Amino acid sequence: MNDKHVLRSNVLSGLGLVLMIAALYMVFIYVPTEKHTGVVQRIFYFHVSIAWVSFLAFFITFIFSILYLWKRTMRWDAIAHASAEAGIIFTTLVLITGPIWAKPVWGVWWTWDARLTTSLVLWLIYIAYLLVRAYATEPARGARFGAVIGIVGFIDVPIVFLVVNLWRTQHPTTIIFEGGLTTSMLLALLVSIAAFTTLYVLLVFQSACLKSMEADIKYLRSVQAE
Amino acid sequence: MKSLFIKIFAIFWKDLLTELRTKEVVTSVLVFALLVIVIFNFAFSTGASMPELVAPGVLWVAIAFGGVLGFNHIFTVEKGNSRLEGLMLCPVDRAVIYWGKLAGSITFILAVSLVITPIFLALFNLPLLLPLLALVIVLAALGFATVGTLFSAVAINTRARDIMLPILFLPITVPVIASAIKVTALILAGSPWNEMLIWLQIIIAFDIIYLVVSTLVFEFVIEE
Repeated sequence: MNDKHVLRSNVLSGLGLVLMIAALYMVFIYVPTEKHTGVVQRIFYFHVSIAWVSFLAFFITFIFSILYLWKRTMRWDAIAHASAEAGIIFTTLVLITGPIWAKPVWGVWWTWDARLTTSLVLWLIYIAYLLVRAYATEPARGARFGAVIGIVGFIDVPIVFLVVNLWRTQHPTTIIFEGGLTTSMLLALLVSIAAFTTLYVLLVFQSACLKSMEADIKYLRSVQAE
Repeated sequence: MKSLFIKIFAIFWKDLLTELRTKEVVTSVLVFALLVIVIFNFAFSTGASMPELVAPGVLWVAIAFGGVLGFNHIFTVEKGNSRLEGLMLCPVDRAVIYWGKLAGSITFILAVSLVITPIFLALFNLPLLLPLLALVIVLAALGFATVGTLFSAVAINTRARDIMLPILFLPITVPVIASAIKVTALILAGSPWNEMLIWLQIIIAFDIIYLVVSTLVFEFVIEE
Protein backbone atom coordinates (compact mmCIF):
# COMPACT_ATOMS: atom_id res chain seq x y z
CA MET A 1 0.00 0.00 0.00
CA ASN A 2 1.37 3.36 -0.93
CA ASP A 3 0.99 6.63 0.97
CA LYS A 4 -2.22 7.57 -0.76
CA HIS A 5 -3.77 4.28 0.35
CA VAL A 6 -2.56 4.69 3.91
CA LEU A 7 -3.99 8.19 4.06
CA ARG A 8 -7.32 7.06 2.64
CA SER A 9 -7.43 4.17 5.07
CA ASN A 10 -6.70 6.40 8.05
CA VAL A 11 -9.28 8.99 7.04
CA LEU A 12 -11.93 6.31 6.60
CA SER A 13 -11.07 4.71 9.93
CA GLY A 14 -11.22 8.04 11.73
CA LEU A 15 -14.47 9.03 10.09
CA GLY A 16 -15.95 5.61 10.75
CA LEU A 17 -14.96 5.71 14.41
CA VAL A 18 -16.52 9.15 14.92
CA LEU A 19 -19.73 8.20 13.11
CA MET A 20 -20.03 4.88 14.93
CA ILE A 21 -19.62 6.53 18.34
CA ALA A 22 -22.18 9.14 17.32
CA ALA A 23 -24.55 6.40 16.14
CA LEU A 24 -24.16 4.45 19.36
CA TYR A 25 -24.84 7.55 21.41
CA MET A 26 -27.86 8.49 19.35
CA VAL A 27 -29.39 5.03 19.30
CA PHE A 28 -28.93 4.23 22.96
CA ILE A 29 -29.14 7.63 24.67
CA TYR A 30 -30.46 10.38 22.43
CA VAL A 31 -33.48 8.70 20.84
CA PRO A 32 -36.63 8.34 22.99
CA THR A 33 -37.95 4.84 23.67
CA GLU A 34 -40.62 3.88 21.22
CA LYS A 35 -44.12 3.79 22.66
CA HIS A 36 -45.48 0.48 21.43
CA THR A 37 -42.57 -1.94 21.26
CA GLY A 38 -40.23 -0.54 23.92
CA VAL A 39 -36.49 -0.75 24.19
CA VAL A 40 -36.05 -3.60 21.72
CA GLN A 41 -37.10 -1.25 18.94
CA ARG A 42 -33.63 0.30 19.11
CA ILE A 43 -32.33 -2.62 17.09
CA PHE A 44 -34.29 -1.13 14.18
CA TYR A 45 -31.65 1.55 13.60
CA PHE A 46 -28.86 -1.00 13.25
CA HIS A 47 -30.98 -3.56 11.43
CA VAL A 48 -32.16 -1.15 8.73
CA SER A 49 -28.70 0.43 8.28
CA ILE A 50 -27.08 -2.97 7.92
CA ALA A 51 -29.77 -4.12 5.50
CA TRP A 52 -29.31 -1.07 3.25
CA VAL A 53 -25.56 -1.51 3.31
CA SER A 54 -25.84 -5.22 2.42
CA PHE A 55 -27.90 -4.37 -0.65
CA LEU A 56 -25.38 -1.68 -1.55
CA ALA A 57 -22.60 -4.25 -1.20
CA PHE A 58 -24.21 -6.64 -3.65
CA PHE A 59 -25.01 -3.84 -6.04
CA ILE A 60 -21.33 -2.87 -6.02
CA THR A 61 -20.41 -6.51 -6.64
CA PHE A 62 -22.82 -6.52 -9.57
CA ILE A 63 -21.37 -3.35 -11.11
CA PHE A 64 -17.75 -4.36 -10.64
CA SER A 65 -18.45 -7.87 -11.95
CA ILE A 66 -19.70 -6.34 -15.18
CA LEU A 67 -16.71 -3.99 -15.29
CA TYR A 68 -14.30 -6.84 -14.68
CA LEU A 69 -15.74 -8.99 -17.46
CA TRP A 70 -15.57 -6.00 -19.77
CA LYS A 71 -12.10 -4.66 -18.96
CA ARG A 72 -10.42 -7.56 -17.14
CA THR A 73 -8.75 -5.26 -14.60
CA MET A 74 -7.79 -7.41 -11.60
CA ARG A 75 -8.35 -4.52 -9.22
CA TRP A 76 -12.04 -4.40 -10.13
CA ASP A 77 -12.40 -8.09 -9.53
CA ALA A 78 -10.78 -7.60 -6.13
CA ILE A 79 -13.35 -4.93 -5.29
CA ALA A 80 -16.22 -7.14 -6.46
CA HIS A 81 -14.94 -10.03 -4.35
CA ALA A 82 -14.29 -7.85 -1.30
CA SER A 83 -17.73 -6.29 -1.61
CA ALA A 84 -19.39 -9.71 -1.75
CA GLU A 85 -17.52 -10.80 1.37
CA ALA A 86 -18.55 -7.64 3.21
CA GLY A 87 -22.07 -8.14 1.88
CA ILE A 88 -22.27 -11.63 3.31
CA ILE A 89 -21.12 -10.39 6.72
CA PHE A 90 -23.74 -7.64 6.69
CA THR A 91 -26.48 -9.96 5.42
CA THR A 92 -25.63 -12.45 8.18
CA LEU A 93 -25.98 -9.63 10.70
CA VAL A 94 -29.35 -8.69 9.18
CA LEU A 95 -30.51 -12.28 9.53
CA ILE A 96 -29.37 -12.30 13.17
CA THR A 97 -30.62 -8.87 14.29
CA GLY A 98 -33.96 -9.41 12.55
CA PRO A 99 -35.05 -12.44 14.59
CA ILE A 100 -33.74 -10.80 17.79
CA TRP A 101 -36.10 -7.94 17.06
CA ALA A 102 -38.90 -10.15 15.80
CA LYS A 103 -39.20 -12.52 18.75
CA PRO A 104 -40.37 -9.95 21.34
CA VAL A 105 -42.34 -7.89 18.81
CA TRP A 106 -44.05 -10.47 16.56
CA GLY A 107 -43.73 -13.45 18.89
CA VAL A 108 -41.90 -15.56 16.31
CA TRP A 109 -38.24 -15.85 15.30
CA TRP A 110 -39.02 -16.02 11.61
CA THR A 111 -41.77 -15.67 9.03
CA TRP A 112 -41.60 -16.40 5.34
CA ASP A 113 -42.67 -12.97 4.19
CA ALA A 114 -41.20 -11.13 1.21
CA ARG A 115 -38.31 -9.28 2.80
CA LEU A 116 -37.09 -12.05 5.08
CA THR A 117 -37.26 -14.68 2.36
CA THR A 118 -35.52 -12.40 -0.13
CA SER A 119 -32.77 -11.68 2.40
CA LEU A 120 -32.30 -15.37 3.01
CA VAL A 121 -32.19 -16.20 -0.70
CA LEU A 122 -29.79 -13.27 -1.23
CA TRP A 123 -27.57 -14.70 1.48
CA LEU A 124 -27.65 -18.13 -0.18
CA ILE A 125 -26.86 -16.73 -3.62
CA TYR A 126 -23.77 -14.95 -2.32
CA ILE A 127 -22.68 -17.92 -0.26
CA ALA A 128 -22.74 -19.76 -3.59
CA TYR A 129 -20.69 -16.88 -5.07
CA LEU A 130 -18.02 -17.25 -2.38
CA LEU A 131 -18.03 -21.05 -2.63
CA VAL A 132 -17.52 -20.98 -6.39
CA ARG A 133 -14.60 -18.59 -5.99
CA ALA A 134 -13.11 -20.74 -3.24
CA TYR A 135 -13.54 -24.02 -5.15
CA ALA A 136 -12.48 -22.83 -8.58
CA THR A 137 -9.52 -24.68 -10.01
CA GLU A 138 -7.54 -21.51 -10.74
CA PRO A 139 -7.87 -17.95 -9.43
CA ALA A 140 -8.48 -16.48 -12.89
CA ARG A 141 -11.31 -18.90 -13.43
CA GLY A 142 -12.64 -18.10 -9.97
CA ALA A 143 -12.69 -14.44 -10.88
CA ARG A 144 -14.63 -15.05 -14.09
CA PHE A 145 -17.11 -17.43 -12.48
CA GLY A 146 -17.57 -15.06 -9.57
CA ALA A 147 -18.29 -12.21 -11.97
CA VAL A 148 -20.88 -14.33 -13.80
CA ILE A 149 -22.61 -15.28 -10.57
CA GLY A 150 -22.39 -11.73 -9.25
CA ILE A 151 -24.33 -10.61 -12.32
CA VAL A 152 -26.81 -13.48 -12.56
CA GLY A 153 -27.45 -13.49 -8.80
CA PHE A 154 -28.14 -9.80 -8.50
CA ILE A 155 -30.64 -9.87 -11.36
CA ASP A 156 -32.51 -12.59 -9.52
CA VAL A 157 -33.02 -10.62 -6.31
CA PRO A 158 -35.83 -8.29 -7.47
CA ILE A 159 -37.58 -11.24 -9.11
CA VAL A 160 -37.44 -13.23 -5.87
CA PHE A 161 -38.76 -10.23 -3.96
CA LEU A 162 -41.64 -9.77 -6.40
CA VAL A 163 -42.61 -13.43 -6.23
CA VAL A 164 -42.52 -13.76 -2.46
CA ASN A 165 -44.29 -10.42 -2.09
CA LEU A 166 -47.14 -11.75 -4.18
CA TRP A 167 -47.09 -14.93 -2.17
CA ARG A 168 -47.43 -13.38 1.30
CA THR A 169 -46.53 -10.29 3.31
CA GLN A 170 -46.06 -9.66 7.01
CA HIS A 171 -43.05 -7.32 7.36
CA PRO A 172 -43.99 -3.91 8.75
CA THR A 173 -44.39 -1.48 5.90
CA THR A 174 -41.59 1.02 5.47
CA ILE A 175 -42.15 3.30 8.43
CA ILE A 176 -39.80 5.92 7.05
CA PHE A 177 -41.82 6.75 4.01
CA GLU A 178 -45.07 6.86 5.88
CA GLY A 179 -43.70 9.57 8.13
CA GLY A 180 -44.04 7.36 11.18
CA LEU A 181 -40.65 8.46 12.46
CA THR A 182 -40.07 11.56 14.55
CA THR A 183 -37.17 13.77 13.50
CA SER A 184 -34.93 12.50 16.29
CA MET A 185 -35.52 8.92 15.15
CA LEU A 186 -34.88 9.84 11.54
CA LEU A 187 -31.65 11.57 12.52
CA ALA A 188 -30.49 8.56 14.52
CA LEU A 189 -31.26 6.34 11.55
CA LEU A 190 -29.36 8.54 9.13
CA VAL A 191 -26.31 8.71 11.39
CA SER A 192 -26.48 4.96 11.79
CA ILE A 193 -26.65 4.42 8.03
CA ALA A 194 -23.71 6.78 7.52
CA ALA A 195 -21.67 4.93 10.16
CA PHE A 196 -22.26 1.51 8.64
CA THR A 197 -21.70 2.71 5.09
CA THR A 198 -18.34 4.14 6.15
CA LEU A 199 -17.52 0.84 7.81
CA TYR A 200 -18.46 -0.98 4.61
CA VAL A 201 -16.31 1.29 2.44
CA LEU A 202 -13.36 0.83 4.79
CA LEU A 203 -13.76 -2.96 4.83
CA VAL A 204 -14.01 -3.21 1.05
CA PHE A 205 -11.10 -0.90 0.52
CA GLN A 206 -8.82 -2.79 2.91
CA SER A 207 -9.91 -6.18 1.64
CA ALA A 208 -9.54 -5.24 -2.04
CA CYS A 209 -6.03 -3.88 -1.43
CA LEU A 210 -5.13 -7.07 0.39
CA LYS A 211 -6.41 -9.23 -2.45
CA SER A 212 -4.53 -7.18 -5.02
CA MET A 213 -1.33 -7.56 -3.05
CA GLU A 214 -1.87 -11.30 -2.65
CA ALA A 215 -2.36 -11.62 -6.40
CA ASP A 216 0.83 -9.63 -6.99
CA ILE A 217 2.81 -11.85 -4.63
CA LYS A 218 1.47 -14.95 -6.31
CA TYR A 219 2.47 -13.60 -9.69
CA LEU A 220 5.95 -12.64 -8.52
CA ARG A 221 6.44 -16.07 -6.97
CA SER A 222 5.44 -17.78 -10.18
CA VAL A 223 7.82 -15.60 -12.19
CA GLN A 224 10.64 -16.27 -9.73
CA ALA A 225 10.05 -20.00 -9.92
CA GLU A 226 10.77 -20.00 -13.65
CA MET B 1 -29.99 -17.35 -39.57
CA LYS B 2 -30.61 -20.81 -40.99
CA SER B 3 -26.94 -21.78 -40.55
CA LEU B 4 -27.25 -20.75 -36.89
CA PHE B 5 -30.05 -23.26 -36.41
CA ILE B 6 -28.06 -25.92 -38.20
CA LYS B 7 -25.11 -25.41 -35.86
CA ILE B 8 -27.29 -25.43 -32.75
CA PHE B 9 -29.07 -28.52 -34.01
CA ALA B 10 -25.75 -30.26 -34.66
CA ILE B 11 -24.68 -29.86 -31.04
CA PHE B 12 -28.13 -30.83 -29.83
CA TRP B 13 -28.25 -33.90 -32.10
CA LYS B 14 -24.88 -35.11 -30.79
CA ASP B 15 -26.10 -34.99 -27.22
CA LEU B 16 -29.47 -36.47 -28.08
CA LEU B 17 -27.91 -39.43 -29.91
CA THR B 18 -25.54 -40.09 -27.00
CA GLU B 19 -28.41 -40.05 -24.57
CA LEU B 20 -30.70 -42.14 -26.76
CA ARG B 21 -28.05 -44.83 -27.06
CA THR B 22 -27.31 -45.06 -23.36
CA LYS B 23 -30.51 -43.71 -21.80
CA GLU B 24 -28.60 -43.40 -18.58
CA VAL B 25 -29.46 -39.84 -17.54
CA VAL B 26 -33.20 -39.76 -18.13
CA THR B 27 -33.92 -43.13 -16.58
CA SER B 28 -31.88 -42.48 -13.44
CA VAL B 29 -33.38 -39.03 -12.96
CA LEU B 30 -36.88 -40.44 -13.47
CA VAL B 31 -36.28 -43.06 -10.81
CA PHE B 32 -34.89 -40.39 -8.49
CA ALA B 33 -37.91 -38.12 -9.03
CA LEU B 34 -40.21 -41.02 -8.27
CA LEU B 35 -38.28 -41.76 -5.09
CA VAL B 36 -38.59 -38.12 -4.03
CA ILE B 37 -42.36 -38.37 -4.40
CA VAL B 38 -42.44 -41.61 -2.40
CA ILE B 39 -40.31 -40.19 0.42
CA PHE B 40 -42.48 -37.08 0.55
CA ASN B 41 -45.45 -39.32 1.07
CA PHE B 42 -43.94 -40.18 4.44
CA ALA B 43 -42.90 -36.58 5.08
CA PHE B 44 -46.50 -35.42 4.84
CA SER B 45 -48.16 -38.35 6.50
CA THR B 46 -51.16 -36.27 7.59
CA GLY B 47 -51.54 -34.87 4.08
CA ALA B 48 -53.19 -38.04 2.89
CA SER B 49 -56.56 -36.50 3.65
CA MET B 50 -55.78 -33.26 1.77
CA PRO B 51 -53.57 -34.16 -1.18
CA GLU B 52 -54.20 -30.87 -3.01
CA LEU B 53 -52.40 -28.98 -0.25
CA VAL B 54 -49.07 -30.74 -0.48
CA ALA B 55 -49.24 -32.12 -4.02
CA PRO B 56 -47.99 -29.09 -5.98
CA GLY B 57 -44.96 -28.72 -3.70
CA VAL B 58 -44.09 -32.40 -3.96
CA LEU B 59 -44.26 -32.40 -7.75
CA TRP B 60 -42.04 -29.37 -8.17
CA VAL B 61 -39.50 -30.47 -5.57
CA ALA B 62 -39.24 -33.78 -7.43
CA ILE B 63 -38.78 -32.04 -10.79
CA ALA B 64 -36.38 -29.39 -9.45
CA PHE B 65 -34.15 -31.80 -7.55
CA GLY B 66 -34.22 -34.42 -10.28
CA GLY B 67 -33.47 -31.72 -12.80
CA VAL B 68 -30.49 -30.45 -10.83
CA LEU B 69 -28.97 -33.93 -10.75
CA GLY B 70 -29.50 -34.31 -14.46
CA PHE B 71 -28.08 -30.91 -15.38
CA ASN B 72 -24.75 -31.99 -13.97
CA HIS B 73 -24.44 -34.29 -16.95
CA ILE B 74 -24.88 -31.53 -19.51
CA PHE B 75 -21.25 -30.53 -19.22
CA THR B 76 -19.73 -33.49 -17.41
CA VAL B 77 -19.93 -35.40 -20.68
CA GLU B 78 -17.72 -32.73 -22.24
CA LYS B 79 -15.12 -32.92 -19.54
CA GLY B 80 -12.97 -35.86 -20.58
CA ASN B 81 -10.81 -36.15 -23.69
CA SER B 82 -10.77 -32.39 -24.27
CA ARG B 83 -14.23 -32.58 -25.76
CA LEU B 84 -15.17 -29.08 -24.65
CA GLU B 85 -12.01 -27.67 -26.23
CA GLY B 86 -12.93 -29.49 -29.40
CA LEU B 87 -16.33 -27.91 -29.30
CA MET B 88 -14.81 -24.50 -28.75
CA LEU B 89 -12.52 -24.97 -31.74
CA CYS B 90 -15.55 -25.09 -33.99
CA PRO B 91 -16.00 -21.83 -35.88
CA VAL B 92 -19.15 -20.97 -33.99
CA ASP B 93 -20.15 -18.23 -31.58
CA ARG B 94 -19.84 -19.33 -27.97
CA ALA B 95 -23.52 -18.56 -27.55
CA VAL B 96 -24.27 -21.24 -30.18
CA ILE B 97 -22.66 -23.83 -27.93
CA TYR B 98 -24.88 -22.59 -25.12
CA TRP B 99 -28.02 -22.83 -27.24
CA GLY B 100 -27.08 -26.31 -28.45
CA LYS B 101 -26.60 -27.48 -24.88
CA LEU B 102 -29.74 -25.64 -23.84
CA ALA B 103 -31.78 -27.55 -26.42
CA GLY B 104 -30.48 -30.77 -24.90
CA SER B 105 -31.27 -29.57 -21.37
CA ILE B 106 -34.81 -28.57 -22.28
CA THR B 107 -35.43 -31.92 -23.95
CA PHE B 108 -34.07 -33.73 -20.92
CA ILE B 109 -36.13 -31.91 -18.33
CA LEU B 110 -39.26 -31.98 -20.45
CA ALA B 111 -38.87 -35.73 -20.89
CA VAL B 112 -38.49 -36.19 -17.15
CA SER B 113 -41.33 -33.83 -16.24
CA LEU B 114 -43.84 -35.14 -18.74
CA VAL B 115 -43.25 -38.73 -17.65
CA ILE B 116 -43.19 -38.11 -13.90
CA THR B 117 -46.28 -35.86 -13.83
CA PRO B 118 -48.93 -38.45 -14.83
CA ILE B 119 -47.38 -40.88 -12.34
CA PHE B 120 -47.49 -38.19 -9.69
CA LEU B 121 -51.11 -37.28 -10.50
CA ALA B 122 -52.12 -40.93 -10.27
CA LEU B 123 -50.33 -41.40 -6.95
CA PHE B 124 -52.11 -38.40 -5.49
CA ASN B 125 -55.49 -39.29 -7.00
CA LEU B 126 -55.70 -36.10 -9.00
CA PRO B 127 -57.29 -35.68 -12.45
CA LEU B 128 -54.93 -36.81 -15.18
CA LEU B 129 -55.89 -34.53 -18.03
CA LEU B 130 -54.66 -31.03 -17.23
CA PRO B 131 -53.50 -29.16 -20.35
CA LEU B 132 -52.76 -26.02 -18.31
CA LEU B 133 -50.38 -28.03 -16.18
CA ALA B 134 -48.55 -29.08 -19.32
CA LEU B 135 -48.15 -25.39 -20.19
CA VAL B 136 -46.71 -24.58 -16.75
CA ILE B 137 -44.32 -27.51 -17.00
CA VAL B 138 -43.04 -26.34 -20.38
CA LEU B 139 -42.50 -22.77 -19.15
CA ALA B 140 -40.87 -23.78 -15.88
CA ALA B 141 -38.71 -26.39 -17.64
CA LEU B 142 -37.38 -23.66 -19.88
CA GLY B 143 -36.50 -21.56 -16.84
CA PHE B 144 -34.74 -24.48 -15.14
CA ALA B 145 -32.88 -25.37 -18.31
CA THR B 146 -31.49 -21.87 -18.95
CA VAL B 147 -30.07 -21.53 -15.45
CA GLY B 148 -29.08 -25.19 -15.20
CA THR B 149 -27.09 -25.21 -18.43
CA LEU B 150 -25.19 -22.05 -17.51
CA PHE B 151 -24.38 -23.19 -14.00
CA SER B 152 -23.49 -26.68 -15.15
CA ALA B 153 -20.64 -25.14 -17.13
CA VAL B 154 -19.55 -23.26 -14.00
CA ALA B 155 -19.93 -26.14 -11.57
CA ILE B 156 -17.90 -28.73 -13.48
CA ASN B 157 -14.89 -26.44 -13.33
CA THR B 158 -14.92 -26.26 -9.55
CA ARG B 159 -13.56 -28.76 -7.06
CA ALA B 160 -16.87 -29.61 -5.36
CA ARG B 161 -18.31 -30.52 -8.75
CA ASP B 162 -21.59 -32.29 -8.09
CA ILE B 163 -22.70 -30.42 -5.01
CA MET B 164 -21.87 -27.02 -6.48
CA LEU B 165 -24.67 -27.09 -9.03
CA PRO B 166 -27.58 -27.44 -6.55
CA ILE B 167 -26.05 -24.70 -4.37
CA LEU B 168 -25.93 -22.36 -7.36
CA PHE B 169 -29.11 -23.46 -9.06
CA LEU B 170 -31.70 -23.63 -6.28
CA PRO B 171 -31.49 -20.09 -4.85
CA ILE B 172 -31.59 -18.57 -8.33
CA THR B 173 -34.60 -20.61 -9.46
CA VAL B 174 -36.69 -19.84 -6.35
CA PRO B 175 -39.01 -17.59 -8.42
CA VAL B 176 -39.69 -20.35 -10.94
CA ILE B 177 -40.25 -23.04 -8.33
CA ALA B 178 -42.47 -20.81 -6.21
CA SER B 179 -44.54 -19.59 -9.16
CA ALA B 180 -44.87 -23.10 -10.61
CA ILE B 181 -46.08 -24.46 -7.28
CA LYS B 182 -48.57 -21.62 -6.96
CA VAL B 183 -49.98 -22.11 -10.47
CA THR B 184 -50.20 -25.87 -9.99
CA ALA B 185 -52.11 -25.34 -6.76
CA LEU B 186 -54.48 -22.94 -8.55
CA ILE B 187 -54.97 -25.38 -11.42
CA LEU B 188 -55.78 -28.23 -9.03
CA ALA B 189 -58.23 -25.98 -7.19
CA GLY B 190 -59.94 -25.13 -10.48
CA SER B 191 -59.32 -21.41 -10.17
CA PRO B 192 -60.17 -18.97 -12.97
CA TRP B 193 -57.60 -18.17 -15.62
CA ASN B 194 -56.90 -14.58 -14.57
CA GLU B 195 -55.70 -15.60 -11.11
CA MET B 196 -53.00 -17.74 -12.63
CA LEU B 197 -51.95 -15.15 -15.16
CA ILE B 198 -49.61 -13.13 -12.95
CA TRP B 199 -47.66 -16.24 -11.92
CA LEU B 200 -47.34 -17.44 -15.50
CA GLN B 201 -46.12 -13.99 -16.45
CA ILE B 202 -43.43 -14.20 -13.78
CA ILE B 203 -42.20 -17.54 -15.12
CA ILE B 204 -42.22 -16.22 -18.68
CA ALA B 205 -40.35 -13.07 -17.61
CA PHE B 206 -37.80 -15.19 -15.77
CA ASP B 207 -37.34 -17.36 -18.85
CA ILE B 208 -36.75 -14.41 -21.14
CA ILE B 209 -34.44 -12.56 -18.76
CA TYR B 210 -32.30 -15.58 -18.10
CA LEU B 211 -32.20 -16.69 -21.72
CA VAL B 212 -30.78 -13.31 -22.64
CA VAL B 213 -28.40 -13.01 -19.68
CA SER B 214 -27.09 -16.57 -20.02
CA THR B 215 -26.51 -16.15 -23.75
CA LEU B 216 -24.49 -13.01 -23.08
CA VAL B 217 -22.52 -14.39 -20.17
CA PHE B 218 -21.84 -17.98 -21.30
CA GLU B 219 -18.72 -17.18 -23.28
CA PHE B 220 -17.02 -15.91 -20.13
CA VAL B 221 -17.72 -19.18 -18.41
CA ILE B 222 -16.15 -21.57 -20.90
CA GLU B 223 -13.22 -19.50 -22.09
CA GLU B 224 -9.82 -20.75 -21.10
